[in-house]
Amino acid sequence: MSHKWAASPYLVWMALFIVVPIILVGYWSLTVKTDAGTQFTTENFRQFFNPVHLKVLFRSLELALIATAVCFVLGYPLAYILARNNLRHKNTLIMLLVVPMWMNFLLRTYAWLTILEKNGVLNTILRWLSLPEINILYTKTAVVLGMVYNFLPFMVLPIYSVLSKIDPSIVEAAEDLGADWVTVFRKIIFPLSLPGVFSGIAMVFMPSVTTFVISKLLGGGHYSLIGNLIEDQFRLVDDWGFGSAISLVMMALILVSMALMSKFAGEDRGLGLW
Amino acid sequence: MVKFLKRCYAAVVYAFLYAPILILVLYSFNDSKSRGAWGGFTLRWYNELLHNREILSSLYNTILIAVLSAAVATVIGTAAAIGLHGWRGYKRTIIMNITYIPVLNPDIVTGVSLMLLFVFIRIPLGFMTMLLAHITFNIPYVILSVLPKLKQLDSYLYEAALDLGATPWYAFKKVILPEIMPGIITGLLLAFTLSIDDFVISFFTTGPGVTNLSITVFSRARKGVNPTINAVSTLMFLAVLVLLVIVNMRVSKENQRRGKRNHEQKTIVRNRRFGGTRRHLHNHAR
Repeated sequence: MSHKWAASPYLVWMALFIVVPIILVGYWSLTVKTDAGTQFTTENFRQFFNPVHLKVLFRSLELALIATAVCFVLGYPLAYILARNNLRHKNTLIMLLVVPMWMNFLLRTYAWLTILEKNGVLNTILRWLSLPEINILYTKTAVVLGMVYNFLPFMVLPIYSVLSKIDPSIVEAAEDLGADWVTVFRKIIFPLSLPGVFSGIAMVFMPSVTTFVISKLLGGGHYSLIGNLIEDQFRLVDDWGFGSAISLVMMALILVSMALMSKFAGEDRGLGLW
Repeated sequence: MVKFLKRCYAAVVYAFLYAPILILVLYSFNDSKSRGAWGGFTLRWYNELLHNREILSSLYNTILIAVLSAAVATVIGTAAAIGLHGWRGYKRTIIMNITYIPVLNPDIVTGVSLMLLFVFIRIPLGFMTMLLAHITFNIPYVILSVLPKLKQLDSYLYEAALDLGATPWYAFKKVILPEIMPGIITGLLLAFTLSIDDFVISFFTTGPGVTNLSITVFSRARKGVNPTINAVSTLMFLAVLVLLVIVNMRVSKENQRRGKRNHEQKTIVRNRRFGGTRRHLHNHAR
């Protein structure tokens, strides 16, 4: 049975709506429109090194790194707890971890506004308890909080998946040979869980770097990230060349790191989410 | 003691994950404009939704685009899967890799690149461009839902039908189509859900005056919290949740029937687009 021709409408669609747009991004990033016509330029890429843009870049990396670290610190113990065999309702708990990811991330982020506002839920509770108020909305802390909240399950799930596949007899063997649980964890469980950890780090870090919604809503627009920089180039300052250059670099970074990840994690393990 | 601490820890993390959603839902029924206070139960905000022209028109756009894009993507995607099933070698690898691009790319890059295309070929940004963009990011998911079903298919069945005198079209309709139908329907539902849920790509490919629900929520949320948005959010959450439960139930039923873990199907369903990324689907259907 061969119906290769049936793919042709898709091939046309793919060429027009996937391949051509990427070429256009490349074209925009490498050209500049002058009075003398369109000319080749590397100016758009050099703009990265403008201190203002470098600052945005470093801020994105900084916030994404912090969010990833927090997710790791919060997520690893949870994955470890979930992976224990004696846990009741294990499937339900895993399911409950996945459900919030089904919710529109815009709404999940928006939900935090209600909590963090000056007269929001958090401060109302704090006042009721006669504790000092916390005003972190529209700060970096709020942006990191939003990232952690949105992407935490993506740290927990791959680690959980790897941990639950560790052969218990290896752990038992170590214990029989006299290792205490710290040694078992340090020498066996943690090294074996590393592929899951790397998947988790990638899956939290990449969306954190590229987000523009979280920083806009919870940072109040004061903390531009790379995503906001792209948005601004197209929506605000009309510098499509520079916007395309950032998009291209971001795309290259992510596709390359995905390729590396899948090589590293091995075909069957994938990103461990499933 | 350790066990107790473990439970407490898990409970705290789960509370962190669910508190915002619960509060959002709760406050959509709050009869008070000030957010800190609870002013009693009301359906006022839901009623207000029914009379808000902006929200109604964006709801209309959201649903129309979801229906149209899911339908078109399902037809093109299913045909593509059937065609690609016969492809081998490096050509197939290239095509599959390109198919993954919209899945792996950050949404913002997909959105921007499509916007450049529409400007380049001079289609005015608006309803049409948003629809084309949605079809584009939906097709890969349909392909990835249908391909595994084709792999499970016994190709001799089709040949047997031809030997018994069926025309190719008749054999397709009676033999192949019923077998791959579960994959097609999963793809359709998934495409519909993803379309309803999309924000970033819509944001970049729409034009003045045309919005979907996500865009409306975004533009209003920037001005602060608003109970009507809580109500819209609650409804959207419910709608997407119900759809995904249906898709998931279909897939797990299918898995049970097959008696094995259906790797690729499960992947697609779990792989929710989130935070501007859809890159969590890879290495499958190769």
